[in-house]
Amino acid sequence: MNQHTRIVVVGNGMVGHYFMQELVKRHPDLAAAGLQVTVLGEEPRPAYDRVHLSSFFSGSTAEDLSLVEPGFYDRAGLELRLNARVSHIDRHQHTVTLTDGTLLPYDKLILATGSVPFVPSVAGRDRDNCFVYRTIEDLEAMTAAGKTANSGVVVGGGLLGLECAKALRDMGLDTHVVEFAPRLMAVQVDEAGGRVLRSKIEELGVHVHTSRNTTAIVDGATARHRMVFFDETWLETDMIVFSAGIRPRDELARDAGLAIGARGGIAIDDFSRSSDHDIYAIGECASWNDEMFGLVAPGYDMARTACAHLAGETATTFQGADMSTKLKLMGVDVASVGDAHGKTHGCRSYQYTDEVRNIYKKIVVSEDGKKLLGAVLIGNADEYGTLQQMTVNDMALPENPEFLILPASDGKEKPGLGVDALPDTAVLCSCNNVSKGAIGEAVAAGHCSIGAIKSCTKAGTACGGCVPLVTQVMKAQMVKLGMTVNNHLCEHFPYSRQELYHLVRVEQIRTFDELLHKHGKGLGCDICKPTAASILASVWNDFILKKDLASLQDSNDYFLGNIQKDGSYSVVPRMPGGEVTPDGLIAIGQIAKKYKLYTKVTGGARVDMFGARVEQLPNIWEELIAAGFESGHAYGKSLRTVKSCVGSTWCRYGVDDSVGLAVQLENRYKGLRAPHKIKFGVSGCTRECAEAQGKDVGLIATESGWNLYVCGNGGMKPRHAELIASDLSKEDAIRMIDRFLMFYIRTADRLQRTSTWRDNLEGGLDYLKQVVINDSLGLGAELEAQIQHVVDNYQDEWKTAVNDPEVRKRFRSFVNSVAGDNNIVFVKERDQMRPATVEEKKQAKVIPILATTE
Amino acid sequence: MSQLQQAAVSEHTAPAAISNPDSGTWHAVCALDDIWPNTGVCALVDGRQVAIFRLHDDQLYAIDNYDPHSDANVMSRGIVGDLGGERVVASPIYKHHYQLHTGICVENAEVRLPIYAVELRGGTVWVQV
Repeated sequence: MNQHTRIVVVGNGMVGHYFMQELVKRHPDLAAAGLQVTVLGEEPRPAYDRVHLSSFFSGSTAEDLSLVEPGFYDRAGLELRLNARVSHIDRHQHTVTLTDGTLLPYDKLILATGSVPFVPSVAGRDRDNCFVYRTIEDLEAMTAAGKTANSGVVVGGGLLGLECAKALRDMGLDTHVVEFAPRLMAVQVDEAGGRVLRSKIEELGVHVHTSRNTTAIVDGATARHRMVFFDETWLETDMIVFSAGIRPRDELARDAGLAIGARGGIAIDDFSRSSDHDIYAIGECASWNDEMFGLVAPGYDMARTACAHLAGETATTFQGADMSTKLKLMGVDVASVGDAHGKTHGCRSYQYTDEVRNIYKKIVVSEDGKKLLGAVLIGNADEYGTLQQMTVNDMALPENPEFLILPASDGKEKPGLGVDALPDTAVLCSCNNVSKGAIGEAVAAGHCSIGAIKSCTKAGTACGGCVPLVTQVMKAQMVKLGMTVNNHLCEHFPYSRQELYHLVRVEQIRTFDELLHKHGKGLGCDICKPTAASILASVWNDFILKKDLASLQDSNDYFLGNIQKDGSYSVVPRMPGGEVTPDGLIAIGQIAKKYKLYTKVTGGARVDMFGARVEQLPNIWEELIAAGFESGHAYGKSLRTVKSCVGSTWCRYGVDDSVGLAVQLENRYKGLRAPHKIKFGVSGCTRECAEAQGKDVGLIATESGWNLYVCGNGGMKPRHAELIASDLSKEDAIRMIDRFLMFYIRTADRLQRTSTWRDNLEGGLDYLKQVVINDSLGLGAELEAQIQHVVDNYQDEWKTAVNDPEVRKRFRSFVNSVAGDNNIVFVKERDQMRPATVEEKKQAKVIPILATTE
Repeated sequence: MSQLQQAAVSEHTAPAAISNPDSGTWHAVCALDDIWPNTGVCALVDGRQVAIFRLHDDQLYAIDNYDPHSDANVMSRGIVGDLGGERVVASPIYKHHYQLHTGICVENAEVRLPIYAVELRGGTVWVQV
């Protein structure tokens, strides 16, 4: 008798992988728990995020989409085999056979085989340049074909079809959607909603053809294919993608004689067990009560259930799923909750239509008007969280339910959900099964920002639809725990950074003393002083070493250099766009040599000189200024560099002049102080050599302008920047960047990079787009004017500093001696100087480098 | 640069040192005006680096310039302020706070910087080392 329980998992998609995560969560040491698990994936790569597949077209790579933590499958008792396809299950022998002939015994078999795209049986569907939309390989093939195509058609106007249409449009193709039903998203959306959705989608330049049954695909006259419809009309296109629904992959189960659901799929019970109790089925291949679930959340639910049952628990059961969905299709909010079509007997509905802004909202209520049964939201789905929770938790409707979907007027608060009314068991994030109770526990454990909640509970990290509600619950919980949502800057100011910024601007406050006197208490500290200094600089842009401002500056700003571990400073002259003349380089070389500085080219494409003592700084800068350089603000929470590739001027692939724009941008925003440092990148084509998508602001040249990306980050937690506008002219790009930067400066917390700011921004990317691109707050002109003020008041800080004797006097190691700090000692390494370590200093085998300041 | 030269001269000629065998010698190090309000300077006294701070009320404090958490002579460049009413300076390297009148580290009370007596005499700052 084998002492191990052998588990074979067929399928390494999202649900198959989730099953493994659950299993490992229960048994961190599988081998020690007596488990021997083999996972078989037929694709060449382990599990990836199919829900966000379309982001592949906006720059995500296969690695970005991966769901597998490094090393996850490298553990004892677990083996992952890729490119492994099962051809046969022998239930009597308890074995599976792979297509390469391998025979694997199992004690328990988990089928997570997923589904395949349904391709209607249309003559010509096998032609070249006809695709389905399911795997990364499919997407790679589509991308390749898209390069030589002018137009593309998606067959299927459902959820996936519209996602796919977005991908085609992003590839720059003239995009059509052909739908068999009389409306788009027929499953989730009612007729009126379908109409609004259609006009929204058409507004975006996608052609929609409904009630079209394709009968054949033949050679086209003006394009590769001609699609012929049942009424003999036709449409010509270069590529076709079938996305007309999915079919469960139940063929292995059928061959093995397992029970199959009425509409296909492997029939399972409440424990996710098939008719053979040693075989479980989870995800899109399974059918529960003759119902199949094409969403990931119910699949995860089945995986959890199967995992619990394997462990002998029978309390966890699968009880169907709430098929409510909220998603964004080409920037259009679409949400459907519960009984969206109003099929319940006696139900009644309220509807709100705004044909100007193309918004449609409907709620379906029970016959007695006491319960919410379902809803449809198109164009704006802000109420989704509230409506979904009300439906799922059978909560009582407010007195005038129509106000739930009517726009707020006269500043009146909409009747929110009152999150207190939600039970602790209410699942807020259905993708990751996070309950209200779990959010409460996370808050109690000290996770008090939406960013912290996300990383701690995983709530809101899959589809993101629940983020507004999770935020509400988090805040309510904080209040309940007496944590008075405290965003006070420090003990001296009972205000957030955002509020202080506002006070400084509105009350025209120009000094810290005035701010402290009016709005704070005590003397201030190393938190509020630099924050106030930064705010004052963002608003007024006065010289930061003015007598009443100098004492507020963090050490780096205080000496206009980056303090190093030994108390010496680094010197970084600005090289806009990374451009520098030979004479400039020679001057830097000569200066570095003269002062015996260590030189290094930075990641921001400029030269950093290390090892300068405080008293050397003004002399070094005097010489740099004479050579035509100015401060690089490497020490400031301000614009650092605008990295650029060489661009169309030299590069044979370049589409536009990236260096020219980078220089212009760097000169525009230099000296702009912000809550944290800001980095830009400008690439001259989509090859993206400047890594602009890893920057706070990134620009990438397209054939028809510039694509603008924001809120990217390298650093500790890399984050891809997100596209907020496409094909902008240079002038428009600069206006949008003006707005973006000033909006960030106004609203971010201290030391919050744009990426964290964005993660915590209620309303997310959409809201940011609304404010920056669509000017929804009517702030555009004001934000631009504020940036212009800073630009107009720019001065080279180092030039001001070296020319002011009072300021210059401060740059010395000792107030009573011209000597240098003898604790700053260097040793030689790779032909340059580096700081001696503490041990080296003790051993005295160092070569102190004496100052040659003159 | 005249101030700098003056200060240097005064150190070399050392005219203003009053010997006190019990607790060190008093040294005149600079003029009060050499220290901007709410900032610090470092004085080199008998080979020792002394950080001297002037607060908004012209109260002076002198502590050792050496930050043991970073092994660097940087305390004089820290930001001064108060925490819970106690006057402190924050090290510019790793931001540990030290009480100005005791030298005790707020985050790690076992660490204590040497403190020095400091006085203002007729516009001149004196420290005892």
